[in-house]
Amino acid sequence: MGLFKLKGFPGTGSFPHGIHPPDNKALSANMTVEVMATPRTVTLPLLQHLGVPCKQIVTSGETVSYGQMVGKGEAFVSASIHSPIAGKVKKNAMVTLPNGRRLEAITIQAEGEQTPSEKIWEEMKFTQWPRHGFSNYEPMDIVKKIQASGIVGLGGAAFPTHVKVMPNDTRAIDTLIVNGCECEPYLSCDYRLMIEAPGAIVTGALLTARAVSAREIVICVEDNKPEAIRRLQHAAKQTVVRVAVLKTKYPQGSEKQLVKAVIGLEIPLGGLPADAGVAVSNVQTVATVARSIIKGAPLTHRVISVSGRGICNPKNIFVPIGVSLAEVVDFCGGLRPDAVRIISGGPMMGFAFSDLSAPVTKGTSGLTVLTRDEVDKGAEETHCVRCGRCVDACPMNLVPTRLALAARYKNPELASQYHIRACVECGCCSYVCPAKLNLVQLIREGKVQVNAWERR
Amino acid sequence: MSNTNRQIDSAMSPEDRPGRKPPFIHVAPSPHISDSRAGTRRMMVDVILGLSPAIAVSLYLFRFYALKQLIVCVAACLAAEYLFARMRGKYFTLKDCSAMVTGIILGLSMPGSAPWFVGALASVVGIGIGKIIFGGVGMNIFNPAMVGRAFVMIAFAQLMGAGAYENVTGLVDAVSGATPLSALKFNGVQTGIAPLFMGVTNGSVGEVSAIACILGGLYLIYRKTASWQIPASILITVALIAAITDIAGGYQGLFLLHHLFAGALMFGAFFIATDPVTSPLTAKGKMIFGVGTGCLIMVIRLFSGYPEGVMFAVLIMNAMTPLINRWTIPQPMGQREV
Repeated sequence: MGLFKLKGFPGTGSFPHGIHPPDNKALSANMTVEVMATPRTVTLPLLQHLGVPCKQIVTSGETVSYGQMVGKGEAFVSASIHSPIAGKVKKNAMVTLPNGRRLEAITIQAEGEQTPSEKIWEEMKFTQWPRHGFSNYEPMDIVKKIQASGIVGLGGAAFPTHVKVMPNDTRAIDTLIVNGCECEPYLSCDYRLMIEAPGAIVTGALLTARAVSAREIVICVEDNKPEAIRRLQHAAKQTVVRVAVLKTKYPQGSEKQLVKAVIGLEIPLGGLPADAGVAVSNVQTVATVARSIIKGAPLTHRVISVSGRGICNPKNIFVPIGVSLAEVVDFCGGLRPDAVRIISGGPMMGFAFSDLSAPVTKGTSGLTVLTRDEVDKGAEETHCVRCGRCVDACPMNLVPTRLALAARYKNPELASQYHIRACVECGCCSYVCPAKLNLVQLIREGKVQVNAWERR
Repeated sequence: MSNTNRQIDSAMSPEDRPGRKPPFIHVAPSPHISDSRAGTRRMMVDVILGLSPAIAVSLYLFRFYALKQLIVCVAACLAAEYLFARMRGKYFTLKDCSAMVTGIILGLSMPGSAPWFVGALASVVGIGIGKIIFGGVGMNIFNPAMVGRAFVMIAFAQLMGAGAYENVTGLVDAVSGATPLSALKFNGVQTGIAPLFMGVTNGSVGEVSAIACILGGLYLIYRKTASWQIPASILITVALIAAITDIAGGYQGLFLLHHLFAGALMFGAFFIATDPVTSPLTAKGKMIFGVGTGCLIMVIRLFSGYPEGVMFAVLIMNAMTPLINRWTIPQPMGQREV
C-alpha cells in the first residue's frame, strides 16, 4: 500500500481492506435528473437529522409560503425545517420512518400559487455560480446562514452541517474534503449532481472552506465515474479546488476511510474528522450550501435516486422533501412483480421498510428496490468456519467474527476487548461471509450489550 | 391512496396473488446483498477441486491401493458424520461437504498398504472425537483428519509406521521401497529431486507429488479458500532450517530440496495447515502459525524418532491457535493516535 501515492496528495488514494461489490449503477447512472411536480401534501417529520428534534413554530390552519421555516432547531445540534411548498398547515401526523423511528410530523397541504420545482433545479444547474470574491463573507455569517437554512449532511447520516463547519478552537481545519465517492451500490444521485450541477458544488466547496478556514479543498470521486471527474475538473478551473481520483472500493465514501485515502491520516477512534484537521462534507450538501448563501434559499428539495431491478423505471429525481415515498415509486412506474425488498438508501447500509406512506427526509439518498434474486444469499447459514474473510474485508481492521460471536454468546467483555465500538457497520463482513452470518446485525446487538455492561 | 400503496396492499393479501407466498415485501437488517460466489459449501468444493491433482497422481501411482483408501475413508467419514450428527439431534450436516473433505484428506494421508479398518477407525475418531464432539463444522480445535490419523498412527504403529510403506506393490518400482524421508533418516540415502518433485516415489498415497500439491494449493489461494500466509511461512521456515542444516553438512543444496519436496510437507502446507477452522484468523496470526508449524516439522524430522512431522506439527499448532488469536487482536484504524 505504502508504495502507491495519490498524485498531489499525501494519501494513497485508497484504504486497507474493503470489498468490491457489483455497483449496479448502470441502472440509473445515465438517467438525467427529472423534476417531480409539486405534490398535494408534504409530511415533514420534526427530526430529520442527527440530534435534537426541532420545535414546531406553525400551528394547524396557518398558511405558509414556499421556503418558510416551519420547525426551528433551537438546540445547537439540531436543524430547522422549511416548507417546500406553499399551502396550509394541517393537523400533525405520526409517521414511521424507514429507520424505524416513529415521529410527529407537520403536514402541509398545497394551496395557492407554487414555486415550481423545475425553477429551483434550473437555478442549481445553470446559474453562473461565482468563483471569487468570497473574502467579503465572514466565516461566522456563512455558518449562521447554513444553520438558518436547515442544512444537514445529505449523504445519509444527516448530521447538521453548521455544527461541522463551526470554527473550533481546539484544532485548526486545514482541509475540506468534499465527498463525491458514492460508494454504495445502485445509488447515483450524487453522480448525477456532479455531472449536471458541478458549478454549484465548486462554489459550495469554496464557501464551506471559507467557513471552516480550510486552505485546501479536495473533491473526491472514485475512478468509476470518469464523466463526473471531467465535469468537476472543468468547473474547478482557476480555483483552488482540486479533484482527487480515488480507487473504486466500498466503503470509500466512509469518512474515516476517505480521510485515510486522501490525507493519509487516521481519525482517532471516537474522534471527529476535525481531530485530523479535516472537515468532510457530501457533494450535495455543499451544493445546497451554495444555494443557501448565494440565493438565500433553504434546504427544501434534494436529488434522490430510485434504482434496483425491482422498480419499473429507475430514475434520478429532484424531489421536494416531505413527499411520500409511494408517490416517488409511482413516479418511477411502480414496482415490478418480483420486487421483494424496498430499501431507503443503498443495499449495504440502507434500511428495509414496507410502509411507503413515509416521506422523503433530508437524509434520504435514494430508494433501492431489490428482487428476489438480488437478495438471495445463494446458500444457507452455517456455523462460522473461521476463514478470516471478514478480517480481510473489515476496513476498520477489526475481527468481525469474534465480535459477532461475543454478541451471540452475550460476552460484552470479550466484545470490548476486540474493540466493538470501532465498528462503523459498513456491512463488508456480512457481504463476504461464506457462512452467510449477518455479522453486522450481531455486532449491533453486541454494542447494546457492551453499553449495558459498562453502565452496570 | 397511491398506485404503489395499492400494489403493495394487493401483494400483501395472498388471495389476490395465487402462487406467491406472502409477505411480498419483507424487511431485514442491512446489508441486503451478499457475495453470492461465497459459501461454506463452495469453500469445501474448492478444496476438493484443489485436491484433484493429488488424487489423480495417487490413483495413477498406487492404483487400487489409493482407490481403496479414498473410498474407505470418505465412506467412513460420511457415515460417521451422519451418525454423530444424528446423536446430537442435527440433520443434513452432510450437505456442506466438510466430511467429504476430511475423508479425502485422510485417505490421501494413509499408506497404501493399510488395511481397511485402519482408515475406517481413523475416520470415525477424526469426525467423532475430532469434530462433532466440539460442535461440528467450524467449532473443532484440531484438524479432524489429523486427529484420526494420529490416533491410528499410535494405535497401529506397525500398520502405519515406516514398514507399512515398504510392501506396497504399485506401478513404479520406486514406490515399493522405503519412503524418501525414511531412507534419508535411517539409511542416509538421498532420493533424486526430480522424482520427488514429480511424485514417482513412495509415501502416503496423496502426498508424493510436490507439483500436484503446489498446483492444487495455488488454485486454493487464487480462490482465497486457503490463505497464502500459511503455506508461504511454513515453506520458508522449513527451507531456512533445512538450508542451515544443508550448509552445516555440506550437502550442496540437495538436503534442502529433499526436505522441501519429500514427505507430506507440500500436502500439509497447502491442504492441512490451511484448514480455516483450526488456524488463526488474522494475517499476522497466520504467519506465526506457519512459522511455528515449519519449525516443529523440522524439529520432528531432524531430532525425533519419526521420519515425518507434518501431522504432529499441525496438531500442536492447532492447540496454539486460540492463544495466537489472543496475541494478534489487530489494532483498529485510528487506535494508535489516541
